[in-house]
Amino acid sequence: MTSTESSPDAGPESGADSGPDVDTGIDDETGEPGGRPFAFLVHWMTSTDSKVVGRLFIAGGVLGLLATITINIILGVERVDGDTAILDSDAWSQLIDAQRLGLVFGTALPLVTGLCIALVPIQLGARALAFPRLAALGFWLWFGGVVVAGVSLARNGGTLGLDADMVDLYIASLGLMALGGLAAATSIATTVLTTRAPGMTMRRVPFFSWSALVYALCLLLMLPVLVGTVVYLFVDHRNTREAFGGNVGILEWAGWIFTQPTTFVFAIPVFGLFAELLPVAFGKRLTSRGVVYSGLTLVAVSALAAVTQVGAFNLPWAGGGFTVDDADDLERKVRDGIPWAFFNFLPVLGVLILFGAGLALAKPAKADSDSGSGKSRVNISAAMVFVFLGAEMIFVAMIASMLHAIDDLGLQGTVFEEGVIVGVVYGIALGAMGGALHWSPKLTGRVIAAGKAAPLALLGGAGAVLASVPYMIAGFLDQPGLHQAGGLYENSDLLIWNILTLIGHGLMALAVLGFVGLVLRTSTPDPDDPDHVVPPNPWNSQTLEWITTSPAPADNFDDVPVVESAEPVLDLETASTSAGSTSATSTNKGGV
Amino acid sequence: MQALPAAPSPEPRRQLLLGASLASAAIGMLVGGMLAVWVLQRTRAHDLGQSWLPSDVTIPEVPANVMLIAFLPLCIFAQWGVWAGRRNDRGHALLALGLTGLIALMIVNAQAFVYHEMGLVVAEGAYAGMFYAVTGTYVALLLAGVIFTIIVAFRQFGGRTDGELLVAHAVFWYAMTAAFAALWYVVYVLK
Repeated sequence: MTSTESSPDAGPESGADSGPDVDTGIDDETGEPGGRPFAFLVHWMTSTDSKVVGRLFIAGGVLGLLATITINIILGVERVDGDTAILDSDAWSQLIDAQRLGLVFGTALPLVTGLCIALVPIQLGARALAFPRLAALGFWLWFGGVVVAGVSLARNGGTLGLDADMVDLYIASLGLMALGGLAAATSIATTVLTTRAPGMTMRRVPFFSWSALVYALCLLLMLPVLVGTVVYLFVDHRNTREAFGGNVGILEWAGWIFTQPTTFVFAIPVFGLFAELLPVAFGKRLTSRGVVYSGLTLVAVSALAAVTQVGAFNLPWAGGGFTVDDADDLERKVRDGIPWAFFNFLPVLGVLILFGAGLALAKPAKADSDSGSGKSRVNISAAMVFVFLGAEMIFVAMIASMLHAIDDLGLQGTVFEEGVIVGVVYGIALGAMGGALHWSPKLTGRVIAAGKAAPLALLGGAGAVLASVPYMIAGFLDQPGLHQAGGLYENSDLLIWNILTLIGHGLMALAVLGFVGLVLRTSTPDPDDPDHVVPPNPWNSQTLEWITTSPAPADNFDDVPVVESAEPVLDLETASTSAGSTSATSTNKGGV
Repeated sequence: MQALPAAPSPEPRRQLLLGASLASAAIGMLVGGMLAVWVLQRTRAHDLGQSWLPSDVTIPEVPANVMLIAFLPLCIFAQWGVWAGRRNDRGHALLALGLTGLIALMIVNAQAFVYHEMGLVVAEGAYAGMFYAVTGTYVALLLAGVIFTIIVAFRQFGGRTDGELLVAHAVFWYAMTAAFAALWYVVYVLK
């Protein structure tokens, strides 16, 4: 944490300043590696460029997502098979742990954190991330944690593992991943709070960056508690196993990180992205920015409050919960119901505020509707489809989480829980894919064709719905969860829901693979047009990152601009129009 | 696209101070979370009619109190460093940083003395494991703080007088002091 942190890549990139004879293997303009052997690898492993570190996180998250979907498919096949077990019981317990770990630490955390690290500095008009080496350290800590967790699970570790050393290793891996998340969160939060362009007050911060700040602050409050718990668990498991009960204690004390409402925290940037894309889709300024900021923060504050008050999260009306006997019973129910409503409704309310903002924008302006000119352009991009479907999926999971907390519905311990977390994480994955699509010009210098990406969004959306909602239904039909009877069941009526879930995971796998293929193919220069230049703002977006070149240079901006409103690109267009200039927007028309 | 009017490249606004503040908040959550689990386990043991502190273990209170008291001069020296830094007084800033690091090391030494005097074996029971976990985590934070102090001192020694870094350094030690005060009360007073 030194002041030199603020100048990223002082090593290889700035080596070019030493004189023309020094060959660092790095292109001075783009900061990308040149043709020297291993230069590419070394660049990616040592770079502190926010775009590189962010892409490393995103790539890790995509690999984690694919691995987790594979595990989900294996578990799904096992459950479609019904009462006969394909896997032996040891492998089963490790797969359960791998699924949980993969969903939260393998997918949600790296995808969302990567997007934040890669994009927040450009959105703010900053030349670099604050504490870029800390962010890079965060990636490597997280990556190390994932590797250690994988080794542990492969060798009979995990929460139900039988090899004590490997269980210790599994606990340590949780700590490593949490420390990685903490390092990245510190960097993100400091970036938003200290590196904004001149004139960019907090009320002019783009919604995605705001959500990144809220997300990072939540991680800073949440993950240290996990680290402390992990230290206790490690010492106890390594020695006496008296205080926390050995393996059983791992889920009892650290399991909250894998459940709702904790996972909602990881979804906050997806909602920020949704709010970010609304004005782009409707081609208008979003005037009620304070309401949207409040909505995003409400999701975080109420989710965080619920994490700290898990005891009050549920409605303890076991038996007769939906009938009122007498005045005392009514009073008791109201007293129990208020905290339940507080912790469960407020995150939903936050999301409803965002959807409300979208509806307000969708309403045609009065002048347009009176004249019937239909001037309000609606430009639903493929990225918007991804993000909308992801946000909807998370919203459905939030409602489901609310039901899960009602004891009388008997959903606890059923596959309903798995349906909810899969819904949240697949929603986050869809949102992250939308983000990568939207900002691909800045990250890769390429535009992914909407016509090819939109079907993948629909496929992924269908996959996410099928992978989660049937399990929610099966939960109502009392299909046990993974930790109860290994998730196996005897009621043949449940088979259809398990088949549908398996199909859902398969569709999600196809969507992710298709998306990865599309990104890789698009990233390769077109042989017919190798010098194709992507315009700075192909989507007619309004925020600051769209005034720099595509891809963004190593230090993001040639000149750091002065910001005069929350939509600096629109200001520029207005100024150009009023000055009678037609050149200002000419490069904005090259959308795909 | 036409560029917006260029502005001078802005200096990051209080980046180090804010980073140190966020790190301090994280330290607060770490130690606070660990102490909350400690109190919970202690209450559970009492509810079951069990003794939380093993009967053959005596906590040496004098070195524990000395550790708490030592944080007072530590904070004063850290603030002295800030004061000297604002006056570009490199000599005094270095002296203050040296004393800050020295006292931090003395606190680590006092903690080691507590371990020695208690003679507690980590595998002896629930209390022992949790005691070493919470105090050991704090010692790790202290050592991280010593490294931070050394880095700040080297930068001062090299002529890079950075007032904000000294403030961030002081903020870190204030947070550590607050965290230790809570730890002292829960672990050494309430036991």
